[in-house]
Amino acid sequence: MKQLWVHGLRGVCVVLLTASVCFGLHAQPAASTPALREAAPMAEDPQLEARLVNISQELRCLVCQNESLASSHAELADDLRREVRDLIRQGKTDQEIKDFLVARYGDFVLYRPEVKPLTWVLWFGPFVLLLVAAVFLGVYLRQRRQQLVPAVLSDEERARAQQWLKG
Amino acid sequence: MKKVFIPLIVFLGLVVFLAIGLQRDPREIPSPLLNKPAPDFSLSTLEGDEKFSPAQMQGKVWMFNVWATWCVACREEHPVLVAFAQKHNVPIVGLSYKEIQPQDEAAKSSPEVKLQVARERSVVWLKRHGNPYVTSVMDLDGRVGIHYGVYGVPETYIIDKQGVIRYKRVGVVTPELLADKILPLINELNKS
Repeated sequence: MKQLWVHGLRGVCVVLLTASVCFGLHAQPAASTPALREAAPMAEDPQLEARLVNISQELRCLVCQNESLASSHAELADDLRREVRDLIRQGKTDQEIKDFLVARYGDFVLYRPEVKPLTWVLWFGPFVLLLVAAVFLGVYLRQRRQQLVPAVLSDEERARAQQWLKG
Repeated sequence: MKKVFIPLIVFLGLVVFLAIGLQRDPREIPSPLLNKPAPDFSLSTLEGDEKFSPAQMQGKVWMFNVWATWCVACREEHPVLVAFAQKHNVPIVGLSYKEIQPQDEAAKSSPEVKLQVARERSVVWLKRHGNPYVTSVMDLDGRVGIHYGVYGVPETYIIDKQGVIRYKRVGVVTPELLADKILPLINELNKS
């Protein structure tokens, strides 16, 4: 799905580029069109931008903590995206880039923290809780079953019940 | 009889758990840089073209304080630092963090002009509010800030004689914090 999206975006870029060539838009000096200039990095290297989006979706923005680095408009997010872009250009792997940020901002920047003793509670805590709850439920149900005494009807009660059923 | 209390005990446990959670500041993220060597850098200072790098502070226990003239919380913190600098012999180095903001007019100028504008603005601000810093380094693009894991101004670090970060505070340094935590730590680090 994500791949498709990136693909689509690349298509849009190609269309725009073709259009700009056709209509002679490229002849305009870039300096007079700041809006166009700001969008430049996207067209410059779509592959780099795709990787940037991919990586930064996995990273948390530290200023607005419930946003990913990819979607945040905070200034620090801008700076960190620039940093990630530079690291991609230097040929770093995704893991190396994540390690770079973790070394500075801690595991907190990762939306999917590594599985290690410190994060065990985070990863396995819910399952442990579920297990404990299941054990409690099992014990409770078993106890209740033992306490249940099958109700036996007396002859008189049976006769009355049959009468009700008929009526 | 005993069984009746089990839900109550579970509930009280939950209350304690949530109460502790509520007391904590979600913005305060434990820094992975604690007890790690302070990242090296070399930056121009506020005063002149001479560069500053943390290696120059080797053998001293020092304070590294992130600030900017646009930072509102810094105005609250600043008098505390000024008083501290007057009273104690602990060098405070300032990190002037992204003095030129993207929305500033100067943001579009050349790096040289930006540095000059940032210096002028900072000098005026320090004249008005007092200068607790032995020097301030100009981190215009925020790169050094990233290496130190800065995500909100002000932030304060205590760095020991070997250049290892021993303490980090995100947010305003208060007189209480200085008296209860920072000064005892500095005294201890100075002994070793």
